[in-house]
Amino acid sequence: MATEILMPALSPTMEEGTLAKWLVKEGDTVASGDILAEIETDKATMEFEAVDEGTIGKILIAEGTEGVAVNTAIAVLLEDGETMDDVSVDTSQSQQPVAADKEQSSETAPAAAMSHPEPKQSDRTPDWPDDVEVKKTTVREALRDAMAEEMRRDENVFLMGEEVAEYQGAYKISQGLLDEFGARRVIDTPITEHGFAGIGVGAAFGGLRPIVEFMTFNFAMQAMDQIINSAAKTLYMSGGQMGAPMVFRGPNGAAARVGAQHSQDYAAWFMQVPGLKVCMPYSAADAKGLMKSAIRDPNPVIFLENEILYGRSFDVPVMDDFTIPFGKAKIERDGDDVTIVSFGIGMTYALEAAEKLAEEGINAEVINLRTLRPMDTETILESVRKTNRCVTVEEGWPQGSVGGYISGVIMQEAFDYLDAPVITCTGKDVPMPYAANLEKHALITTAEVVAAVKKVTYR
Amino acid sequence: MPPRKKDAQPNVSADDLKAYYRDMLMIRRFEEKAGQLYGMGLIGGFCHLYIGQEAVVVGLEAAAKDGDKRVTSYRDHGHMLACGMDPKGVMAELTGREGGYSKGKGGSMHMFSKEKHFYGGHGIVAAQVPLGAGLAFSDKYKGNDNVTFVYFGDGAANQGQVYETYNMAELWDLPVVFVIENNQYAMGTSTKRSTKSPSYWERGAAYGIPGEEVDGMDVLAVKEAGEKAVAHCRAGNGPYILEIKTYRYRGHSMSDPAKYRTREEVQKMRDERDPIEQIRDLLLTGSHATEDDLKAIDKEIKGIINDAAEFSKESPEPDLEELWTDIYATEVPQEA
Repeated sequence: MATEILMPALSPTMEEGTLAKWLVKEGDTVASGDILAEIETDKATMEFEAVDEGTIGKILIAEGTEGVAVNTAIAVLLEDGETMDDVSVDTSQSQQPVAADKEQSSETAPAAAMSHPEPKQSDRTPDWPDDVEVKKTTVREALRDAMAEEMRRDENVFLMGEEVAEYQGAYKISQGLLDEFGARRVIDTPITEHGFAGIGVGAAFGGLRPIVEFMTFNFAMQAMDQIINSAAKTLYMSGGQMGAPMVFRGPNGAAARVGAQHSQDYAAWFMQVPGLKVCMPYSAADAKGLMKSAIRDPNPVIFLENEILYGRSFDVPVMDDFTIPFGKAKIERDGDDVTIVSFGIGMTYALEAAEKLAEEGINAEVINLRTLRPMDTETILESVRKTNRCVTVEEGWPQGSVGGYISGVIMQEAFDYLDAPVITCTGKDVPMPYAANLEKHALITTAEVVAAVKKVTYR
Repeated sequence: MPPRKKDAQPNVSADDLKAYYRDMLMIRRFEEKAGQLYGMGLIGGFCHLYIGQEAVVVGLEAAAKDGDKRVTSYRDHGHMLACGMDPKGVMAELTGREGGYSKGKGGSMHMFSKEKHFYGGHGIVAAQVPLGAGLAFSDKYKGNDNVTFVYFGDGAANQGQVYETYNMAELWDLPVVFVIENNQYAMGTSTKRSTKSPSYWERGAAYGIPGEEVDGMDVLAVKEAGEKAVAHCRAGNGPYILEIKTYRYRGHSMSDPAKYRTREEVQKMRDERDPIEQIRDLLLTGSHATEDDLKAIDKEIKGIINDAAEFSKESPEPDLEELWTDIYATEVPQEA
């Protein structure tokens, strides 16, 4: 049966083109791959090849014609033994593509630009029962214990990174793990973040549960492509067939006097990416409970630790299997006058400020978010509906900050409850300086949090 | 590249020879159809055709066993068909439909099949190289003898993560075959314009990885080299590199006018080295098949491809609810 040869789309954006030149004439026999014509697209002049074999019965669009719409019939291809007498060609009607109408699709797409989960009652159950014994534990020990417990529980969990095994961890987080689990499961890598992050993601595709340690998250910048493009997006791109159940962990944010390249807080960057979950623990109990949940989670989890917090001690429950669910913030201090929202090391400023404010008769409610994605916005909103004021606290930069996002959520969901604009306390908008006095000033300070609270409470 | 001794009676059964012919023809016809559907506006975005390179994947799949894994770049249609994925599911993914392998959410460059151990389909040049080594890591960790084939091009071979991966793959004796599909052009940049060390397989020597160059237009040469590489990996000797010299007849993507090479260069390759014509000649001159046998195969393939094209047009667009699914897993996807 004769077929119409249609004006092809030869680029993702082409809607029409110029039929610059015919390289065949009526009566010519063509085979698959033969060049039929030269077509000028919006970008270039392209050669247009035959797909089917046959004889050119009629050329419908003369060469030199401009503005030929994609899918217009430009020639008729005859099969063996056919002549033009056998076919009737209606050139007035170009064949319509079968693709469904895109505009219609976008119009009816669910309107959920800022897709917050349905408002739900916040979960205020305590992290562990009152009668459970607690033990003073450092954040460092809590992280190590969490990994060790999960490695005992699941043979597929392994740890890889620079100096994690024989050196016992650059910050001693993996102390003792090599002795207990051996070199098969506690693996020293060369200094090659992009490479070993990719190998970790591949191992997760292959059914393992990798924990990839970055000596600091500053070095994860070399691995960003594998974290975002491979780990975070594959579940979606595969239609749910495979993903990367794994943990990327390491210290994040400023340590002390290590300068701009070793002092960045990446919370806001990672928090932006659908497909990732992001934890930023403050206490040792947070660290342990969240790390255990992170290792078990079937998704890629970014686990942002803090070098300064590693050595601090907190109560950790003595339990066989203590976990903290993602998306459950903790109210560290109750109050009615103002809500202070923070996470990670920002909590130290938030809690210190609350102490100072209490001396002046201002009772702050302090929320420790613990996970940034999913984020427990309901706990924030419930608190703000009570206090009518909010200050956020983080060490990261101001533009595109976590606090900026929170203040957007509050404005959209609880605008009528606000008695003052939300103030976002952040690190200064500068690379981290080395000099001691400049560094101290570049970070958020307790005094700044106190001042912000006084401003929103009009004191 | 030591030329393979051409023999009208190779040590391969007539059925296998016919199967290679069939599999290569299927890829070519599929790609021609994809090009046609692209021209009709049914396939959007980028679409990178594999025409000319068919012998690479078909030869290597002939050297693979069940359980082996494969991962590649965005020029991935041929790899999927060669490992047994359904042409309907692949074509419907190209048209962005519900019946596609990724439910229409991946597109030409991002397709996967857990069942066939095909791990993508990756759009970032060379990102699949450490991913493939990681797949091999998982098999070594579990203690089985599976091998992973990691395909990448001469363009990707200049990315840093390839060498990071070589280093660790050899250090840890990972069972991975690094397959460099050298089609001589990284988009529009010829190998001559991108490196002064054009022998890519030799770069493994810096890490202690053996390798060799292979005639990628000869499916039997590819199979033979693949078997050698796989045996090396399965025996626990670590990775192996195959630099397979091949050629793509079409542009880098559908919107590439390919002005960086002459029409004559392409035509010469098609006329003298075409992998499908070579195996066709062997089948006929060696009396492994008759003209009628081959006609029957051609007809069968035409039917399969037409069915795939029809399916890809009829399968509905994904439900709008699909926008919000598969962002997070609630349980770990299990191994097939």
